[in-house]
Amino acid sequence: MDWVNVILQGVLVGGLYAMFAAGLSLIFGVMRLVNIAHGDLIVMAAYVALVVTQTLGIGPLTSLILVVPIMAVIGYALQWFVLNRTLGDDLLPPLLVTFGLSVIIQNGLLTLFTADSLKLQSGDIEVATIRLVEGVYVGVLPLLQFVVAVAVIAGLQFVFYRTALGRAFRATADDPAVAQLMGLDNRHVFALAMALSLAVVAITGVFLAVRANFDPSQGPARLIYGFEAVIIGGLGSLWGTLAGGLILGVAQAIGAHINPGWQILAGHIAFLFVLAVRPQGLFPKVRT
Amino acid sequence: MPDSAQAHGQAPAAPLLAVTALDAFYGDIQALFGVSIEIARGEAVAVIGANGAGKSALLKSIAGLLRARPDAIAFEGAPIGGMPAYAVAARGIALVPEGRGLFASLSVEENLLIGGQLGRPGPWNLQRIYELFPVLAERRRLPSTSLSGGQQQMAAIGRALMANPKLLLCDEISLGLAPIVVRDIYARLPAIRGEGTSIILVEQDVVQALKAASRVYCLQEGRVALTGAAKDLTREEIAAAYFGI
Repeated sequence: MDWVNVILQGVLVGGLYAMFAAGLSLIFGVMRLVNIAHGDLIVMAAYVALVVTQTLGIGPLTSLILVVPIMAVIGYALQWFVLNRTLGDDLLPPLLVTFGLSVIIQNGLLTLFTADSLKLQSGDIEVATIRLVEGVYVGVLPLLQFVVAVAVIAGLQFVFYRTALGRAFRATADDPAVAQLMGLDNRHVFALAMALSLAVVAITGVFLAVRANFDPSQGPARLIYGFEAVIIGGLGSLWGTLAGGLILGVAQAIGAHINPGWQILAGHIAFLFVLAVRPQGLFPKVRT
Repeated sequence: MPDSAQAHGQAPAAPLLAVTALDAFYGDIQALFGVSIEIARGEAVAVIGANGAGKSALLKSIAGLLRARPDAIAFEGAPIGGMPAYAVAARGIALVPEGRGLFASLSVEENLLIGGQLGRPGPWNLQRIYELFPVLAERRRLPSTSLSGGQQQMAAIGRALMANPKLLLCDEISLGLAPIVVRDIYARLPAIRGEGTSIILVEQDVVQALKAASRVYCLQEGRVALTGAAKDLTREEIAAAYFGI
């Protein structure tokens, strides 16, 4: 039963990693942009949720009603005014600009909120558990987080493969010049993709902040987990990204169970192992 | 206007599209030098010329993929030169790009649907496209990459028609296709013109182009070397304008 619990916890945490990765994967898939600031945007969403919950006196999960649209608007504006100018044949400018953005967000948050570690309080749900069978328990919050993660991935999958917006995303990713001939303004399509990505970031940020403490310097570590989940799953595949997140979460849980110091190391080793034996990831979609 | 189209009495006073003294550039290299052409509503015009004569540059300039002086291209009387391609498409100009340019990760039907995503009203819809090219209906669910070259060209034409364009620009639709397939595709053009759509055909296949179009412009090194009604031009005239000899 011990190991069942360990793996179950790993799977549930893996859902969060998959959410870190989903927004990253979406942006890379649509516009070949590697968003180095992705982790910092997740932390920023946590602070936006903090302000919303404190100002309105509502719970963190309720605050998503506001945090998701706020982050989506920020995403649209960020893409329209800044990132669209960096896109082109050269992959370096978007990397440098999002790296700069990462530094700006971290220091902006540090100035506004100090380096103090914070947490969003969501009341009783944080400690509630469900007994599955004798000896196997799951927390309600991790379970909810996992269900939301699967729903987010399924929702993105639906948008990408069943809607006109998703068709526009895929067409623009295939051939931006020909997509324009279809009447698609690439700048607008990319901005919508970034808005969608930051809507996912908003959900991720709130769950991150409810689950554990956060402070302005945490972004890059989230980015690494997101990257690893994307690479393990295979570029451009959303279900692959979920699988990548789960593998990362389970590897960390197993590592931590053997020796508490091995948690993060075990995740990285699992990532390196996949990279070594299957560099294209488990379910690759992107032709390279 | 230095153009001689009016002399043949086929282009009416207000053309659908008027290109006037257009210069176009690929980077620093000038591809077009003061090119002027006109096309009337419902007319089919062929633009012929050797490789590098500037045929594709002309279509790309009209479609908004290359920069142009605003007044160098007038569509329905309004200057559209240098407008972004998506805005040109919204006005009713559709380009079938050289090499087809189908979206590889979209199915055949999704390629057609995205062509119609502007929602311009008109005679063409999925069902009409499938009637025009029945083979596409059979393969609607398949990835566009699974089609043969000729079927891909049909899908590219269908995708452009889904926008219900007033003007259809076709860039080398015979390229790389077997003659029998080319004849098959060209046989559908009258049905397209029959809906009132004007067509500019860019072709290296001169014989095919002369059969399908009423008027011809021959480009040579970025300039109009010859123009006239397709039936009036002699082989010798065309050969001279084509090769510059």
